[in-house]
Amino acid sequence: MAYIDLQNDLPGIRGPMIYRPETGAILNELAEILLHDENNTLSRGDREMIGAYVSSENDCFFCQHVHGAMAQHYYGSDMHFIDSIKKDFQRADISEKLKSLLSIAGSVQKGGKQVRPEQIEAAKNLGASDREIHDTVLIAAAFCMFNRYVDGLNTWAPEDRQVYVDRAPMRARDGYSQAGLVK
Amino acid sequence: MPHIQVDENLPGIRALLAFSPETAGPIGALAEILLRTSDSLSRVDRELIGMYVSYLNDCFYCNHSHGEIAVCYLDGDRKLVNAVRTDYKKAPISEKLKSLLQIAAKVQKSGKDVLPEDIENAKLQGATDHDIHDTVLISAAFCMMNRYVDGLAANTPLDMSSYPLRAKQVAEKGYGNHIFLTPQP
Repeated sequence: MAYIDLQNDLPGIRGPMIYRPETGAILNELAEILLHDENNTLSRGDREMIGAYVSSENDCFFCQHVHGAMAQHYYGSDMHFIDSIKKDFQRADISEKLKSLLSIAGSVQKGGKQVRPEQIEAAKNLGASDREIHDTVLIAAAFCMFNRYVDGLNTWAPEDRQVYVDRAPMRARDGYSQAGLVK
Repeated sequence: MPHIQVDENLPGIRALLAFSPETAGPIGALAEILLRTSDSLSRVDRELIGMYVSYLNDCFYCNHSHGEIAVCYLDGDRKLVNAVRTDYKKAPISEKLKSLLQIAAKVQKSGKDVLPEDIENAKLQGATDHDIHDTVLISAAFCMMNRYVDGLAANTPLDMSSYPLRAKQVAEKGYGNHIFLTPQP
């Protein structure tokens, strides 16, 4: 049970976002730009995967399965593929460029200072633009916020992973918004 | 040197916000609500929580920027801000703020580190659900801001006399795109 009376029984981040709609709307706006906006050279699948990977490293059940299911939806893959990336992205069947970005995201998860110039260099050599590196770092940083918000307030999360998979197409269609929280 | 090409005349997060004005909007709005709201948590309390989390994350720019903003609200009492940074448990602040700083410090490590006892203690000291909510989100938001700044190796001014000037600007005008669109103080 959540540590505070959220006055609603929605799972995960949706509970506190409804509890405090002023900040909820802004957090949704940030998620919409970073993850759903099509004006981005990183695919929606890759951006969701970066979020899912960081959430997995932060051991946040709700976020890693919401965003893992989103990546799964965009990739048209199965759950096993997403799990293989979370478990060991270096050996997963993904592009070398995405591996280099996940490596940067993994360092950001530990601490901003953990990102080494060699990692940035490697990503650039594999074709990553400054914009893509910026977005990777900000997505990873934002999930370090979202994950702490969700677990720091001890919100509840559905245990059945299929629930997350079933909701993904709707979220992919509608994007992130305060109004979408109660659907 | 920053990992990406940004305006070298802008310090810290300001250069990153200018690089990406789309995301600067919500980031500035989030800071404005979380740090400039004044209710059962004062602006000083809110800035001290952000400053302390930035200190724990070893983010020099955020630590000193928000410390100086707190100094502005405290009419120059830098001694109090330093006392919170060094050992908040011994600082001359309320027991309620101490209990909230304890929650913020747990969130800095991981959301899962917050224990029911931490929440219970804060409630015993008079913290409301709203205070606890905002404390957790302020701490979480600084875990984002600090990583954004250091993860891209943003320029960190080492001239300490520049921090009070920028702090005064924020204390007077708040957060928002003006901090990178108007000339630097």
